[in-house]
Amino acid sequence: MSTMAQTLVAGPGPQSRTCEVTGLKVEWHAETLLKVNAVVAVVNFLIGIIAAFGVVMTRWQAVHLLPADLFYRFLTLHGLNMLIFFIIFFEMAVLYFAGPILLSCRLPAPRLGWLAFALMLLGMLTVNTMVIQGRADVLFTSYPPLQAHPLYYLGIILFAVGALIVTALFFATLVVARRERTYEGSIPLVSFGALTAAIIAVITLLHGAVIYIPTFLWSLGYMTVDPQVYRMVWWGLGHSSQQINVAAHVSIWYLLAALTVGGVVVNEKISRMAFVLYVLFISMASAHHLLVDPGMGPAWKVWNTSYAMYLAVLASMVHGFTVPAGIEMGQRLRGYTRGVFEWLKKAPWSDPGFSGMALSVVIFGFIGGITGVTIGTEQINIIVHNTLRVPGHFHSTVVGGTALAFMAVTYYVLPLIFKKRVAFWGLAKIQPYIFGLGIVILSMSMIFQGIFGVPRRHWDVSFSNAPFQVEYHPAVQLFQATMGLGGLLAILGGLAYIAIAVVTVFFGRPFELRDSRDPSCVPQGIWRLPRQIHDGAAVAAVHQTGTPGTVILVMIFFAAFIVYYFANWKILSFLWKVG
Amino acid sequence: MTASERGTPMERTEAHSAIVPPRGLWWRPAGKQERFWVIIAFVWCMVLFAMMPLWHLKGGQNPSGVRSKVTPTDFHARVEKFVADYKIGEDGGMPVVAPPPGSEVYLLGQMWRWYPVLKLKEGASYTLHLSSLDINHGFSLYPVNLNFQIVPGYDYGLKIVPNKAGDFRVVCNEFCGINHHMMVGRVIVE
Repeated sequence: MSTMAQTLVAGPGPQSRTCEVTGLKVEWHAETLLKVNAVVAVVNFLIGIIAAFGVVMTRWQAVHLLPADLFYRFLTLHGLNMLIFFIIFFEMAVLYFAGPILLSCRLPAPRLGWLAFALMLLGMLTVNTMVIQGRADVLFTSYPPLQAHPLYYLGIILFAVGALIVTALFFATLVVARRERTYEGSIPLVSFGALTAAIIAVITLLHGAVIYIPTFLWSLGYMTVDPQVYRMVWWGLGHSSQQINVAAHVSIWYLLAALTVGGVVVNEKISRMAFVLYVLFISMASAHHLLVDPGMGPAWKVWNTSYAMYLAVLASMVHGFTVPAGIEMGQRLRGYTRGVFEWLKKAPWSDPGFSGMALSVVIFGFIGGITGVTIGTEQINIIVHNTLRVPGHFHSTVVGGTALAFMAVTYYVLPLIFKKRVAFWGLAKIQPYIFGLGIVILSMSMIFQGIFGVPRRHWDVSFSNAPFQVEYHPAVQLFQATMGLGGLLAILGGLAYIAIAVVTVFFGRPFELRDSRDPSCVPQGIWRLPRQIHDGAAVAAVHQTGTPGTVILVMIFFAAFIVYYFANWKILSFLWKVG
Repeated sequence: MTASERGTPMERTEAHSAIVPPRGLWWRPAGKQERFWVIIAFVWCMVLFAMMPLWHLKGGQNPSGVRSKVTPTDFHARVEKFVADYKIGEDGGMPVVAPPPGSEVYLLGQMWRWYPVLKLKEGASYTLHLSSLDINHGFSLYPVNLNFQIVPGYDYGLKIVPNKAGDFRVVCNEFCGINHHMMVGRVIVE
């Protein structure tokens, strides 16, 4: 800790404080903007959860809660509040952390930060009002010629402009920190990862501008929009925004590895190159949604869906190694050197910051990553497109991966930034497990239904009143029930998270490390921050041993990947010939 | 600490976390295990990539098709001509159309029906043209689980060979409004 203080603190200014745990200088504007963005993120998460309840309880055909119009309205609300508002507000908070706070720098032009927040808030409220009033039953994707009220598109544009301003402020912070020498050497890996997230955010939001501005004008009757062109450009926003999430939550993995167990960076070069690969290739993923579209040819599809020969997949596979390897090495440096897996067994599994991060890595990699690469294969997409397998996949990436990582880091943000002890600590310790398990059951159940051809975005898969009867395989009913139960479990875990976060922020017991001898209700990494810098013979010895446990883990992952991937080719080969 | 104090890459006596600004020279070669994994992952990525062109050459299922733009009016006229040419009966008010093997087959998606009912021959080859009169729809053949996107203004002509007789359904799997769930069509293969 003292090392950190010496390394990082340049001395607090008039409107800043020094973090007593990490020794980082925390500036008032950055800290307050971080707080308000995080709070609004959680509010959107609550709206998203309420909508999720309606959606999952309707899709579970035995319950079939909502009528058709409300179902699609809830589905629209769910997608927007989870995928856009919750996640992007949270990412704005991440940028305020990874910029001004991690670099101990003042926030340049703080008023712009507040303007951006106001724009995003206004945009979010406008969009949600339009959806709730039933003037935008167009689902998250709003594919023309399906049309919403013009204010709906305007709201999204305002929100995107606000988010663009925050990314610009983040870049400005990097420049100021460099010029004012608030740190020595290179920016930390976590900030570097956040930088790549911010660059991807700019690429993404520009796609958003290119498509939403014409669509807004179209909704006013001033121009036309080609449905296929819309799909291509819109997914440059829709899919790439998930890549902001990947870069952001991978950065959070590294951050939490550092804070919870003193995870080290095994090799700065490799980890940073992997982040750069995200920036270079990730916006090509728009193609994942157009693989069975009539507008593009096979060469375009093959090249783009593979992110130029899977180099962004390579990046994720690299992080999938370096994050656990960094944890293993950090744990070995703390003395857990016995056998191959002592470092894993002796990890702080009752620290929700650690368990949430670890579950996020596993769910994102094993379920999200493997299914994603497989179903994004040009031909395999024929048996996947618009079936429940697609939301099954992205609930394990965006929810099991991103949202769970955001929850995990919240348990560190509450004491470090909000200066509060975590409320309902006993519940907090198991919250990541409840949520993670729920999402795994939900995702897998959706994936299995999708394999039987059950469509996504569908109110009634019993097809009552349809001119021809459709009867699914009886197993579908079973998976519907498990989907419902998994969904309920995830909703419980999500509500627990909201309750913990809200009660802590507004009614929590204050936490000051220096005045206290009481370690209760505070994650272990905060109470006793693991060493962040090691040197001497111990490091050389650990480098000698390497990370044998991680090697075994990634090999299990690799085997699962190969099996799932080729099993899908096999299934595809049984179908009608088509071409 | 300067780069020289930190030791040469081979000695590596320093380690730091991801929230610490690395100082000195950090552009170093990766360790043996890490390098091993990067190489495996890279080779695997090349396999993933190669599979797609390979399947175009050797595999039987590709989403290429014959693709062109078409106005909804033109497409509608082609569908009507197709129905007039090969209609053999009706099923619940919907024409049943049995085109000869090798012919051009049309299926129209519109809110909220698939038009017409198709009757095909097992093992015969057809070019199935899909388009929409209004908004996006999703062609999902049940229980085969073949899925294609239908975009208004575009004609997706897919060469198909039904490999099994049966009574199939076409489910719409792209959200197309309030009665989306009622949009079910029929394909018979004999």
